Amino acid sequence: MTLILQALTITPTAGTPLFAPLTLTIRPDTVTTLMGPSGVGKSTLLDAIGGHLAPGFRLSGQILLNGRDVTHLPAESRRIGLMFQDAALFPHLSVGDNLAFALPPSLKGRPARRAAVEDALTRAGLAGFYARDPATLSGGQRARAALMRTLLTRPEALLLDEPFARLDATLRADLRGFTFAHARAQSIPVLLVTHDEADALAANGPVIAL
Amino acid sequence: MTWRAQTQPSRPAPHGRILRRAVLWVVLLGLVLPILAGSFETLRAAFGLHPGIGATRFGLAPWQSLAALPGFVTALRLTLFTGIGSAVLALLLATGFCALMHGRVSTRQGDHMLTPILAVPHAAIAIGLAFLIAPSGWIARLIAPLAGWTIPPEIASVNDSYGLALLLGLIVKELPFLLLVILAALSQLPVNQQLSAGRALGYGRGIVWIKVIMPQVWPLIRLPVLVVQAYALSVVDMAVILGPSNPPTLAVAVTRWFANPDVQMILPASAGAVLIALLTLAATLLWLLAERVVRAIGLWWLRRGGRGLSMQPGLLLTAGLAAAALALGLLSLLALLIWSVTHRWSFPHPLPESWSWQTWHAASWAEAASYSLLLGCTTTLIATTLAIAWLEAEDRSASPRAGWATALIYLPLLLPQIAFLYGLNLLFLRIGLSGGLVAVIWGHSLFVFPYVMIALSDPWRALDPALIRSAASLGAGPNRRLFAVKLPVLLAPILTAAAIGFAVSIAQYLPTLFLGAGRIATLTTEAVTLSSSADRRIVGTYASLQAALPFAAYALALALPRLIFRNRRALLGGHA
Amino acid sequence: MRLPILASLTLCLSTPAFAAPTLADWQQTLDAARGQTVYWNAWGGDQRTNAFIEWVNSQTEQLYGVKVEQVKLTDTAEAVTRVISEKAAGETEQGSVDLIWINGPNFLAMKEQGLLHGPFVADLPNAKFLDLSATSPASVDFTTPVDGMESPWRLAKFVFSYDSARVSDLPETMAGFTDWAAAHPGRLTHPNPANFIGATFLKQALIELAPDAAALQLPVTDASFATQTAPLWAWYDALRPNLWRGGEAFPENESVQQQMLNDGEVDIAMAFDPASTAAAIAQGSLPETARVFTPKAGSIGNISFVAIPFNAAHKAGAQVVANFLLDPATQAHMQDITVLGSFSVLDPAKLDVPAQATFDALPTAPALPTLDSLGPTLLEPHASWMTKLTEAWAKRYTR
Repeated sequence: MTLILQALTITPTAGTPLFAPLTLTIRPDTVTTLMGPSGVGKSTLLDAIGGHLAPGFRLSGQILLNGRDVTHLPAESRRIGLMFQDAALFPHLSVGDNLAFALPPSLKGRPARRAAVEDALTRAGLAGFYARDPATLSGGQRARAALMRTLLTRPEALLLDEPFARLDATLRADLRGFTFAHARAQSIPVLLVTHDEADALAANGPVIAL
Repeated sequence: MTWRAQTQPSRPAPHGRILRRAVLWVVLLGLVLPILAGSFETLRAAFGLHPGIGATRFGLAPWQSLAALPGFVTALRLTLFTGIGSAVLALLLATGFCALMHGRVSTRQGDHMLTPILAVPHAAIAIGLAFLIAPSGWIARLIAPLAGWTIPPEIASVNDSYGLALLLGLIVKELPFLLLVILAALSQLPVNQQLSAGRALGYGRGIVWIKVIMPQVWPLIRLPVLVVQAYALSVVDMAVILGPSNPPTLAVAVTRWFANPDVQMILPASAGAVLIALLTLAATLLWLLAERVVRAIGLWWLRRGGRGLSMQPGLLLTAGLAAAALALGLLSLLALLIWSVTHRWSFPHPLPESWSWQTWHAASWAEAASYSLLLGCTTTLIATTLAIAWLEAEDRSASPRAGWATALIYLPLLLPQIAFLYGLNLLFLRIGLSGGLVAVIWGHSLFVFPYVMIALSDPWRALDPALIRSAASLGAGPNRRLFAVKLPVLLAPILTAAAIGFAVSIAQYLPTLFLGAGRIATLTTEAVTLSSSADRRIVGTYASLQAALPFAAYALALALPRLIFRNRRALLGGHA
Repeated sequence: MRLPILASLTLCLSTPAFAAPTLADWQQTLDAARGQTVYWNAWGGDQRTNAFIEWVNSQTEQLYGVKVEQVKLTDTAEAVTRVISEKAAGETEQGSVDLIWINGPNFLAMKEQGLLHGPFVADLPNAKFLDLSATSPASVDFTTPVDGMESPWRLAKFVFSYDSARVSDLPETMAGFTDWAAAHPGRLTHPNPANFIGATFLKQALIELAPDAAALQLPVTDASFATQTAPLWAWYDALRPNLWRGGEAFPENESVQQQMLNDGEVDIAMAFDPASTAAAIAQGSLPETARVFTPKAGSIGNISFVAIPFNAAHKAGAQVVANFLLDPATQAHMQDITVLGSFSVLDPAKLDVPAQATFDALPTAPALPTLDSLGPTLLEPHASWMTKLTEAWAKRYTR
């Protein structure tokens, strides 16, 4: 599994391109880190790759995932997972139902789906949290639940938009390890956007400055 | 089209454009077309063309007979005075009140305090207020023992020939609406920081409001103010109850001329209706002109740097008056409730001498109440569905709302009802719709939809985009995102918007009257009709019910999300 | 097929209005009416009348399977306008108005414009209880011949009411109202003449003050109007400054004025229903001491009718209701002070003994006058006088 960006540029409707054309190959089993000052367009680039580019931007170039051209696919068809700073758990669903939301429909039968969610919760250290209100979780718990939710969809690539930025230093290291371990276990390409040198160091992969 | 191959917005969902187009057509055909066609019929009649009554000579004759009708000039003057006066004063009081109360009450508390008066239809407030301030009214009855009155004093405190009672009634009713829109606008601004910054520079609280906050609030409340203005110039039900009678305001006179046994009166009546539309247009231009003038003067004033500490008493005064107006509104409702359980209550007794449940037992209100409920529920359902479809279409086609689209939504509220309802009824008659439920539901939807749109747009846009992106990256397509994420997360604001829509439907008077051929008798039409019967006990019953239904809808809109999401803390905080 | 229909149509038109209907015809009407809902457009400002119409609904539904739905009007003219707009829009069969409570100018307007169905009154079985001779009150509406186009249902007579605990020196003539008002400034008013009762107050004075009262029975001309109303305006100009609020504002209708009497804002109210005062006392909306009076020379009386528009969707049902209203039992119920208190429109001479006994057994009340105590009944002027009077008043006194 490989994520390839080919001569990608993003241009605001009225303005100049945010960055020079970007060509990049992100291999499975590696975490590629994207760094750069605020406002340079890192998050916008992630949005573009994930298929969430806001109106008012134009995209040129190509995005290839495992040989598929996903450049013009809607987000839901790309199979690219996306993680945000604030986890973005659905506030109206329980923690377990948040995860169930992500399960592919091909997994049939209520007991089987329930078991898959419980299993994921256990792996995230959240055993017994199925019925919990996401608003009552700690920051670390939320981030882990969100990651498990993303991984349950079996994405072919994972984009991380400063997912650890809101956590304190110890928690941050824990979660980083947890995230990278799970991503590697599924052997998918990971693109991490961060401000934090420590994140890049821990990612232990190519670092690109934008 | 070739540039698309290289550079393309990344979310050009084609089904989004189809939905958008479909919604637009529904709005155009269902809302805009009837209004334009209705206006056209009225306009034709205003220039002498109404073949149905044998009028086929195009010309200015209807305008000449309009101008020659007894009391025309006075009616015109009354309309301008009460219409523009009430809008300006209500805005002034609302601003003063917000300036003083902001930060002391939260937006949510404000909502809860204001909803009772906001939910109550105009007619009900008017009926209650008329009793409150009449020479033989409740206030006079409370003063009577002190003043030694055995018969009511001879003061023209309702139906006065200057229209002051009507002016007061309009302020009492519009003030909560303006307060609510100002509070909503303020919640989008960093008011507290700016206030502290301003006061640190030595400016008084009031002056910071006028010089710093209001200029930012105004663009956000401009349209609602214009809606209030249009309403005040063309109000009929309140003006019948509180306004002068000989002559009445132009809108009342026009409504009566439409119903004159001499059918030829329809022509000058149509001219009058068009005149009201022109007055509304002129008033709108006046507000926009005033905006420019105030901005120019304001900048000069701002640069002079006066600290305006002497403004404080003025601020207190307007806030005090606003509080008094709110109190009058609440007392009016209380008066209605008391009258509905009264048997005999004569002057100068401060409270009824004997009580009775008689009017509540008389089941005649049940049918009107069920019509009101039916119309309210149906139109709310239609309008809310349409509003959600519109907003979702905006999301899916990933384009922001154009100015003309906003104008389209506001059109039914910015145009005086009377200018197109008569023509619309002619149209409905021709296609065989008039007098039926369908026509009335349609008519109500014209006014319910804009309010639901206004109420729902901001919370809809304020929804955290990360939730939607997460859902999409989890493989949820547009429909699943809508039904499984957006609608449940937005349940509270959707229900609030629906409750507002319901209240608007309950309050509709002219559309029900004109399009229902009188057969569809709702609580509001009955209350206004009965207010001419002057039996305050029965009117009190109808008006109490009229107030109770929207109130119940609001209560439900507040309670339901709390019940459903009682274990979801993030959704219990209420909405902005 | 076409010929017999045409023939029967001609037959219908040529049948004299006074020919007795055959039972078979009426049975056909009853059959056609079954299952219909009659939309009765009636002024909705009087709660007792509204309740009475609800009672009619319950009765006709039970007896004939005809429902009655009251369309409550603030002004009868609304229904007239509705029929006109329907005609304008080409709606000639499924009109929304089935029955209208009507008389005077509204009747004249509809009759003149051919907006009414009929003649139908003579076809009603209960018409036999009416005095339908050419000059009887049931045959002439504001001097306009009824011609069977509207059916009577209640009797009206113009009366004043007052609180006997507060007022004793009542005016005995209309002219006397000027002195009374001067002695009690601000304590007298009348409904806006745009309203029926307000106009009737002016007509009551006009009949007494006009140099030649007989001229009022003819259609008005500019000349006759000028001559006959000159004393009226002189009287009114003297009266007006002493009216409530200096004659600048007027109550919308008689119900509002009655409430003002109840509140003590004025001392005199007026109504077209001698029983309304007694009924209002029973309902708590006038003090126990309220009483009724009329000028010594008598007061205007007329009959309220029901008419059926030409395009009514439920003509058969409407006729069944009109007939039910003329039933002696209905009229007796209506005259009951606890119900409506309106005097019967039937000719007492035509009632049989049991029916007569029903009327005699009706309850009475201290504030309920007998028909005799109200003095002579004055004839309504021709309907055109009322229209012109209202207009002239508006021109003179609306600034």
